[in-house]
Amino acid sequence: MTAVEERTGTPGPDKEIGKARRRKEDARLITGRTTWTDNMVLPGMLHLAVVRSPVAHARITNVDVTAAREAPGVVAVFTGRDLADEQGSLPCAWPVTPDMVNPGHPSIAVDQVNHVGEAVAVIVARSKAAAQDAVELADIDYEPLPVVLDMEQAVAEGADLVHDHLESNTSYHFVFDAGETGTGGDTEQAFSGADVVVSRRFVQQRLIPAFMEPRSAVVQPQGDNYTLWSSTQIPHILRVMAAMVTGIPEHKLRVIAPDVGGGFGGKLQVNPEEILCLLIARRLGKPVKWTETRSESLMTAHHGRDQIQYVDVAADREGNILGLRVRLLADMGAYLRLITPGVPALGAFMYPGIYKFPAYRFECDGVFTNKVPTDAYRGAGRPEATFAIERIMDELAVELGMDPLELRRKNWIDAAEFPFTTVAGLAYDSGDYETATQQALELLGYDELREEQRRRRESNDPVQLGIGISTFTEMCGLAPSRVLGSLAFGAGGWESASIRMLPTGKVEVVTGSTPHGQGHETAWSQLVADSLGVPFEDVEVLHGDTAISSRGLDTYGSRSLVVGGSAVVKAADKVIAKARRIAAHLLEASEDDLEFSGGKFSVRGTPGTGLGIQEIALAIFAAHDYPEGIEPSIDAEATFDPENFSFPHGTHLCAMEVDTETGFVKIRKYASVDDVGTIVNPLIVEGQVHGGLAQGIAQALYEEAIYDDDGNLTTGTFVDYLVPAASDLPHFDTGNTVHAAPGNPIGAKGVGEAGCIASTPAVVNAALDAVRHLGVQDIRMPLTPERVWRAIHQGGDGGDRAPARSNAQAVDSSDAPSTSGGAL
Amino acid sequence: MIPAPFAYARPTTVDEALQAIADGGEDVKVLAGGQSLIPVMRLRLAAPETVVDLGKVEGLRGVRDDGDAIVIGAMTTHSDVLADPLIAEHAPLIAEATGTVADRQVRHRGTFGGALVHADPAGDLPAVALALDAEFVIVGPGGRRTVPASEFFLDYLTTAVGEGELLVEVRVPKLAGSWGMHYEKFNRVAQAWSIVAVAAVVRRENGRITEARVGLTNMGPTPLRARQVEEALAGAEATAEAVAAASERAADGTEPSSDLNAQADYRQHLARVLTRRAVSTAAGL
Ligand SMILES: Cc1cc2nc3c(=O)[nH]c(=O)nc-3n(C[C@H](O)[C@H](O)[C@H](O)COP(=O)(O)OP(=O)(O)OC[C@H]3O[C@@H](n4cnc5c(N)ncnc54)[C@H](O)[C@@H]3O)c2cc1C
Repeated sequence: MTAVEERTGTPGPDKEIGKARRRKEDARLITGRTTWTDNMVLPGMLHLAVVRSPVAHARITNVDVTAAREAPGVVAVFTGRDLADEQGSLPCAWPVTPDMVNPGHPSIAVDQVNHVGEAVAVIVARSKAAAQDAVELADIDYEPLPVVLDMEQAVAEGADLVHDHLESNTSYHFVFDAGETGTGGDTEQAFSGADVVVSRRFVQQRLIPAFMEPRSAVVQPQGDNYTLWSSTQIPHILRVMAAMVTGIPEHKLRVIAPDVGGGFGGKLQVNPEEILCLLIARRLGKPVKWTETRSESLMTAHHGRDQIQYVDVAADREGNILGLRVRLLADMGAYLRLITPGVPALGAFMYPGIYKFPAYRFECDGVFTNKVPTDAYRGAGRPEATFAIERIMDELAVELGMDPLELRRKNWIDAAEFPFTTVAGLAYDSGDYETATQQALELLGYDELREEQRRRRESNDPVQLGIGISTFTEMCGLAPSRVLGSLAFGAGGWESASIRMLPTGKVEVVTGSTPHGQGHETAWSQLVADSLGVPFEDVEVLHGDTAISSRGLDTYGSRSLVVGGSAVVKAADKVIAKARRIAAHLLEASEDDLEFSGGKFSVRGTPGTGLGIQEIALAIFAAHDYPEGIEPSIDAEATFDPENFSFPHGTHLCAMEVDTETGFVKIRKYASVDDVGTIVNPLIVEGQVHGGLAQGIAQALYEEAIYDDDGNLTTGTFVDYLVPAASDLPHFDTGNTVHAAPGNPIGAKGVGEAGCIASTPAVVNAALDAVRHLGVQDIRMPLTPERVWRAIHQGGDGGDRAPARSNAQAVDSSDAPSTSGGAL
Repeated sequence: MIPAPFAYARPTTVDEALQAIADGGEDVKVLAGGQSLIPVMRLRLAAPETVVDLGKVEGLRGVRDDGDAIVIGAMTTHSDVLADPLIAEHAPLIAEATGTVADRQVRHRGTFGGALVHADPAGDLPAVALALDAEFVIVGPGGRRTVPASEFFLDYLTTAVGEGELLVEVRVPKLAGSWGMHYEKFNRVAQAWSIVAVAAVVRRENGRITEARVGLTNMGPTPLRARQVEEALAGAEATAEAVAAASERAADGTEPSSDLNAQADYRQHLARVLTRRAVSTAAGL
C-alpha cells in the first residue's frame, strides 16, 4: 500500500489521470443499496428451482414429476423432454480447429446426463421456497454409464466414452508450430542439437471462479418482447447468443446486467439457466427468476484451468535457450461452452514468455470428461502458460547449475529490442524487464533473504527459506478483431462508447465495456474529466443495458480500459471537434484560432475570451444560434479496434518459509513490480494487483476442485474448496514501471489479470527453492501441507489427496433425507 | 440453500425449553448460535420438524465464579468467552482455543455450549474441555445431572446429551499450583477448523513436569486424551528432549480419518509434532 500513498501526493496539476481516486461506485456496491439481479421483484413473478443430476454419467430411463407438480405453490414442472424441441444448443463461439468435435450442449438433459449437477427438470413455483421444496419430489431413474474423469485415461486406446455417439473423447487437436508459421526455426532440429533438454509434467488443477455474487437471471416477457436481467459479464454477447439459441429475434430481446458482483471469467458465459428462464417465461407468459445457491454455483457454474502440461526446453551448456515444446491435455468437461476450447489455445501464444526462443511448437488436445465444463477464469490460458515457462526456466537453471535470474537475463528480450516479434508471432509492444526486476529485488530485500536462506540451510533449521521468481508478460486488451478472426473466434474485439452532453453541462458516458466490480465508472470519469475538462463529479457512466448501451463487447481479458477506455477517449475527441465548430461560431473566430484547454475554447492571443464546453452544451440544446450545415448536437460515438494486443509485464518475487516438520508453507514476503502502461488510477491498479495476487497465490497454495471416483464434486462447499481471506495473505510490496502502450491513446496495457498470472509460479518456485536441497523436484498444486510434507519425506510430488470431504461442519451424508435430484 | 419447512419455538426459561422439545414432535433440534445447525439445515442434510431457539432463555449466558470452579453458561458466545476475565484468569486455554475458532462473525453468534454439544471432531473446544477435566451439567425431563468430560463425548457428533435434554452449563475446575497451558492448532487458512490440534495443560515444579494433560482434536471421531504422553511426562524433567520423547507417543492407538486435508498417517505425524510444540510451550520451554 505504501506505493499508493506516495503516488497520491504527486499527481500532475489538476490532472485526473494518475489520481488515486476512491471508486465512486463503491458506496452503493458495498452497502448493497443497488440493483443486484436477485433484488428484482416483478409483479406476478415466478421462481425457478433446478432439479440436478446426482450422477456423473447415466442414461435417464424415467422421469416422474407428478408429485412435484402437485406440491403446494408449484405452477409447472418442465423436463428435458418438454423443452427438447425448442432448447437448441448452448453456443460455443470458438471452434479452434476446422474439424473440432462439438457434441452440442443442451440447457437441460433429455436422455442422458454427462456431469453431476446437470439440469434434468425445472420447478416453477410461486415462491423460491416452494420451488426448492418440490425439487425433492422429482423422481428420476438413471441407468449408470461408466464415468470418465482422468484425462490421461480418457485419451487412451479403448477408453470409455463421455459421448458414445462420438469416436473418441478428443474434441480437437490444435497445433501451433513456429517453424511452419515462419516465426521460428524447426523445433525437432533445435532439440536434437541441444546440450541439455529438461522435460517436466505439470498439473494445472481445476479451479472454481467462486465469484461473490451467485448467478441470477430474471426474465420479463412483454408481448413479444423479452427483458433478461442477468448477473453476467457479457450482456451484449449474451443478447446475440440467446437470440440465436431461443429464436427470439435480437431486436425483441433486451439484456440488462445491473450491478454485478464479480465474475473472474465465470460469468463470461451463456448459462443453461439463462436460456431456461427465457424458454419458460415464453411458455408461461409470466416473469420468472432463477438464483443459484452457493452449492449450485460451485457445482455447476463453469470451472477453470484443468490441464496437464508436458513441457520440454532445450538449451546449450552456457544457458542459451534453443527450443520449447509444449503438449497439453486440456479438460473440456462434458460439453463445450462459450469459449471452452479457446482457453488453452489462447495460452498457446504465451508459453515463450519474455524469452527469445528460436524454435517453438505447441500442441493441445481438448478432452471430454464427465465433469462440469471448463471455460474462462482470470487469465484464461495465460496463467497456465506463464506457470509452465516460469517453472521450467527454474528447472533448467537447476540442471545447468545457473542462478535462475541469470538464466532469465541471458535469454529475455532487452529493453532496446522493443517492439519485438516473438517465436509465437506476437509483437510485444514495450517494456524493460531489467528495470522491473531490479526494482523488485530491492522491494523484496533479495540479498538479505538469500543470506538468511544460506544460514537456515547451514544450521539445518526446521523452517527453510526459498525465493521464487516469475518474470512474466501477458497479452491483454482483447483484442484486435482481425487477429481474433484469424484464430476462428466467433466475434471481434472492438469496443464502443458514446458521450452525451446534457443541457446543464453534465456528461453521460455510455460504455460497451460492462463492469462487474472493476471500477469503470471511476476510471472512465477520470478519462472524460481530463479530455473534456469537466469536473469528475459531472460525469456519469452508463453501462450494462443493451437498450442504453446498444453496442459493446463487455469485460474480460484485461480489455476494458485498453479498448473500452480508448473508445471513450475517442468519443470525447469527437465531442470536442463538434463543439469547436460551434465555439468558433459563437466566439466569431476561426476554428483554427481556437485552442481548447481546461474545458474552455479560447481565441489564441485574446485573453479573457472563452467559452466552456459545458456552456456550449446548453447553447446547442437551445439550438437558437449555430452554424449552417451541421446538426445541433455535440454528442458523439466512437468504436475502437486495437491493431495489436498490449503486453503488460513484470517481475514477481516471493520469499517462502517451509516448515519441514509439518509441510506448512508461509509466504514471508512478496514483492511485485508491474508495468501496466499508463496508470489512470493507482488505487484501482493496486486493488486489481492485490486481488490478482490473492487468486494466483490461491491456485498455488489453496484452491482445487476435486471429484471423487464417481464424479461427485467433493469440494462442494467453501469448507473444502478453500478460498483464502485477507488474513491468510501476506503484505504485498508492489511497485510499477511505466512504459506506455503504443497501441492505444491512453497508453494503458491492462491490469486485471496480471497479479493472477504472475504470482502462481513465483510461489511454487519459492517453495521448491526452499526444499530442493532436500531432494524435492516438484510439488503438485495446491501446495497443501500434506503434499509438501510427503514430497520432502517420501519423495514424488506429494501425490493425490484423499477424495473425502473434511468432516468439519459435516453431517454424515447417510443422515441426509432423500435428495433424489440432489439440489443442495 | 433453503431449509425444509420447520416449526419454531422460542422459550424464555429452561423449563419452557424442555417442554417445547417434548412437544416438538419426532425430530426436534435445539438452536444455539446456529453456526453449525443452520448450515446443515440449509444443505438439507438436517430437516428437523421443530427448532427450539435457546436465544431468549434466561440464565444460560455468562460466566460465574463458583469457588473451586468457574461455570460457563451453555449460551455464552465465543466472543463473550474471549472477553471474560474469569476465563482469562483460570482457564486461558479456553480463550486461546476460542480465538482460533472461525472468524469474528461466527464467534459473535456461535456458543461455547453449542460447539461442545455439536462435538465436531474438527472443532476446537471439545479437546480443550477434555484436557481441563470439565464437567457438563445436563438437564432433562428426569432432572439435572453432571457428566465428566471423559464420559461426555461418545462418538462422531454424539454426546451424553440425550434426546429431550439440554446442556445448561459447563464447570471448569480451577487449577492450583503453577500450570501452563497452550493450544496448538494446525489448519490451512485462518478461519478453518483444525486438521489436527493439541491442547496441553502442564504443571511444572522445580524443573520437573509433575502433571500433564494432553487433549487431541480430530484424531478420531471424538476428542482424545493422549494418555501415553501424559504418563511419559508425569515426573519427567522439563527439557526439550524429554518432551520430544514423550510426544512420540501422541498418536499411539489413534485411528484418525483420511480426508482432503490429511490422510491418516500424516495426521498421526502431525499429532506427534504438535504435541511436542504444545507441551513445550505450555511448560515454558
Ligand atoms: C465458517 C465457520 C467456521 C468455523 N470454524 C470453526 C473452528 O475453526 N473451530 C471450531 O471449533 N468451530 C468452528 N465453527 C463452528 C462454531 O464453533 C459453531 O459455533 C459451533 O460448532 C456450534 O455452536 P452454535 O452455538 O452455533 O450451535 P448450533 O449450530 O446452534 O448447534 C449445534 C448443535 O448443538 C445442539 N445444541 C446447541 N446448544 C445446545 C444445548 N445447550 N443443549 C443441547 N443441544 C445443543 C444443536 O441442536 C445442534 O445440533 C465454525 C463455524 C463456521 C460457520
